[in-house]
Amino acid sequence: MDLIYEKSQAGRRAGRVPDYGLPVPEVPASLARKDPPRLPELAENEIVRHFTNLADRNFGVDTGFYPLGSCTMKYNPRVNEIAARMPGFAQLHPHQDDDGAQGALELMWELQEILAEVAGLPAVTLQPAAGSQGELTGLMLMRAYFEDRGEGEQRDTVITADTAHGTNPASVTMAGYKLEKVATTERGNLDLDDLRAKVNERTAGLMLTNPSTLGLFDEGISEVAEIFHDKGALLYYDGANLNAVVGRSRPGDMGFDIVHYNLHKTFSQPHGGGGPGGGPVAVREDLEPFLPSPQVVKEGDAFRLDRDRPKSIGRVRGFAGPFGVFVRSYAYMRAYGTDLQAMSETAVLNANYLLAELKDDYEVAYDRLCMHEFVLSARALKKEYGITALDIAKRLMDYGVHPPTIYFPLVIPEALMIEPTETEPKERLDAFIAVMKTIAREAAESPELLKGAPHSRPVRRLDEVKAAKEPIVKHAFAERVPTGA
Amino acid sequence: MTAGYLSLTDRDRDEMLAAIGVDSIDDLFEQIPESVRFTGELDVPPALTELELIRHLETLAAKNAHTGVELSFLGAGIYDHHVPAIVDTILQRGEFLTAYTPYQSEMSQGVLQAIFEYQTAICELTGMDVSNASGYDGFTVAADACYIAKHAAGRTRIVLAETLNPQVREVVKTYAPGFGLEIVEVAHEGGVTDPARIAAAAVDAAAVIFPQPNFFGCLEDAPALAAAAREAGALAVAHVDLTSLGVLEAPGVYGCDMAIGEGQSVGNAQSYGGPHYGFLASRTDFIRRLPGRIVGQTTDLNGDRGFVLTLQTREQHIRREKATSNMTTNQTLLALGGLVTLAWLGPHGLRELGETCMSLAAYARERIALPVAFEQPCFKEVAFRTPRPARDVIREARALGVHPGYALGRDYEGLDDVLLVAVTEKRTPADIDRLADVLEEVCA
Repeated sequence: MDLIYEKSQAGRRAGRVPDYGLPVPEVPASLARKDPPRLPELAENEIVRHFTNLADRNFGVDTGFYPLGSCTMKYNPRVNEIAARMPGFAQLHPHQDDDGAQGALELMWELQEILAEVAGLPAVTLQPAAGSQGELTGLMLMRAYFEDRGEGEQRDTVITADTAHGTNPASVTMAGYKLEKVATTERGNLDLDDLRAKVNERTAGLMLTNPSTLGLFDEGISEVAEIFHDKGALLYYDGANLNAVVGRSRPGDMGFDIVHYNLHKTFSQPHGGGGPGGGPVAVREDLEPFLPSPQVVKEGDAFRLDRDRPKSIGRVRGFAGPFGVFVRSYAYMRAYGTDLQAMSETAVLNANYLLAELKDDYEVAYDRLCMHEFVLSARALKKEYGITALDIAKRLMDYGVHPPTIYFPLVIPEALMIEPTETEPKERLDAFIAVMKTIAREAAESPELLKGAPHSRPVRRLDEVKAAKEPIVKHAFAERVPTGA
Repeated sequence: MTAGYLSLTDRDRDEMLAAIGVDSIDDLFEQIPESVRFTGELDVPPALTELELIRHLETLAAKNAHTGVELSFLGAGIYDHHVPAIVDTILQRGEFLTAYTPYQSEMSQGVLQAIFEYQTAICELTGMDVSNASGYDGFTVAADACYIAKHAAGRTRIVLAETLNPQVREVVKTYAPGFGLEIVEVAHEGGVTDPARIAAAAVDAAAVIFPQPNFFGCLEDAPALAAAAREAGALAVAHVDLTSLGVLEAPGVYGCDMAIGEGQSVGNAQSYGGPHYGFLASRTDFIRRLPGRIVGQTTDLNGDRGFVLTLQTREQHIRREKATSNMTTNQTLLALGGLVTLAWLGPHGLRELGETCMSLAAYARERIALPVAFEQPCFKEVAFRTPRPARDVIREARALGVHPGYALGRDYEGLDDVLLVAVTEKRTPADIDRLADVLEEVCA
């Protein structure tokens, strides 16, 4: 399909800007633009067609089953889109005085209250823009907490699991901490002996996802918490997998001191092809003074943004956070109300059903019940037929299914990480089971079918090595297009 | 279990539990140690049906004085520009809205091509060689630029012009301890930054970040600031407004190493501060240091053109603790709104947008009977001296139905009596007349 720039015709246009007939001041010559930017020049209906055709070459939860492990691709209710576009929300300026933003502040405060209850921790900041920024915020909170206690220099190490998302170690580095990794046992829990050997007075804290990226709840979590707290260190909960435990187990009760949520996972902010997200952070009482500024507070019946926070780590993004994300997530929570735990119960039921039905056709890394997701391994298929996790992923596309996450977690060879989420009806799950069984059969009978997959998408398998070797990251204009200006 | 958006019937559930080989949902949660199981009911507000939910949210929304009901001249980083009707039409396509990061390129050619087109547009506007797929917002991209500069230059001092959006400076300062950066701020002189002061501060610095136009709405001598930075061996980073780049020179042309900024003005609603998109573009030299996603062109098995996420060895999911950033989620959907808007405007529309903003700002400058705080040429914002603290003027003007702008005293010592008035193409000369009348009444 042509690029929008390749459809451009000099002098053609869509939008027009009002001209109020006022004189236009001259820009000083040294600051004025000389060559106009080569933006596309198209009629409005051709722009709509261009992006409609691009949409046709994309696949979302609205298109079909999307069991992308660790990403929680659940249904995104359309009413939430209507809500976020209400003029009172969408057209509200972030510098509006608090008395002109009471509805927005009330929504944020209510959202904080629900998030605090879900985490079992008392204080919440909504500011971080995404889970990864929530992680970084959490580590900044650790730093501020220890500096306040005079242990800032001493505590220079953060521990992560070997199964951790890549964001955890990357966040540790960005926050200026040293990284230490802890091993996983054969049952998929953190290795307590390894932990005891590594946690000491230099440890600032632990970053952990629970359930882990293997989809398994850490059965020794209370002992883990004790090991860290005994040494005065803190526990950080990566909320990437919170969708497994809402209303069934609370990170605060597990012993975590800092928690981030992914509003775009657990609370259904649409993923938008890669964003936006939202990464609020909850903390225990004595960490509250360090939360970013500003903070939404309630005084009597009124709400305001509190900026007088002398111990705060400061500001991690603009304004008070991605408000439109808050509207959608709050709306999602209110649709469940006190039945919020049914969301996680169903997510766990759906995952275990798939696991039970697929474990005879694929290798299972850990033979136990899973939480909201699980990891299959294609190791045996690779050994016998040369079929990899990648081949299976590409073949799934031909059956109209978005592939699961592959090659993660790194500790499982040929990993396929599957997360169905709670919003899928049983027929979808059954259809996926049938497709996965078919593919396992195809691997044995006609492996070339998988090697050449996908066969039904707008493009065949793409050469990623070539893309990285000779990066082409923007359109190469043939010549300067005359603009008729 | 028919709550919310769930769809399993009792029969479905029984069949599934039987297939798993357990008796109840509770059995599935037995792997959670009893001591950390939550057995109570969450203390949260009750469930609402769709209709009740809409009513409830409408009630909350009605408590906000938005720019559709209160004539507003607020800007200071976020602006009330027109978002073309086609933007939402396209962003509401479920294939864009409900997809995730395009790891599986054959399933995601639509969004991958759109990001490639976005990267091209950002490079065209800024005069840079490479753009990432977007950052969180116009504030965090400044921190990203510092991280790139630190590693590229092998230096740890960052120079920030005080005329940068205060929240940009706050975010950089929040990130600085973890990044191991020392932050130096250069004061303004008469509303703009003196290149000589930048030259002095930039010695041994990794980067100098300056705005164009600046937070006061004034045009900086950006080419001179960039030159001052580069002569000292520091990277020159311009924080720019996309709506100005039809009339103002591209940072790449006047020697900047990076161009960053907030994209909200192009294609996003104000939405009380987010979600929006930050853009980050650089010279080719830094392509392997950029944070976040980058889309590249390649070919498929048949030799046909296609697009993939590329240079992924920079990224956290591959490189882990050695990654250039921890970023996973970015702001693709908002950046797509930006691309659609830029296509709708085209080069002529973007120029007209800049000219209309400038003409309205000039009209406000002429029409409002208050002295300007700074004499420099401006883009779409004008700072006025008020006879009393600006925050009082704002409160009294709002009582008359007009929000006159932003009080610079919130961020700058000694500027308590300065009011920053922003215009966009959505404000008419008649709106400005009304603002002038209200200010005259309030300041009398």
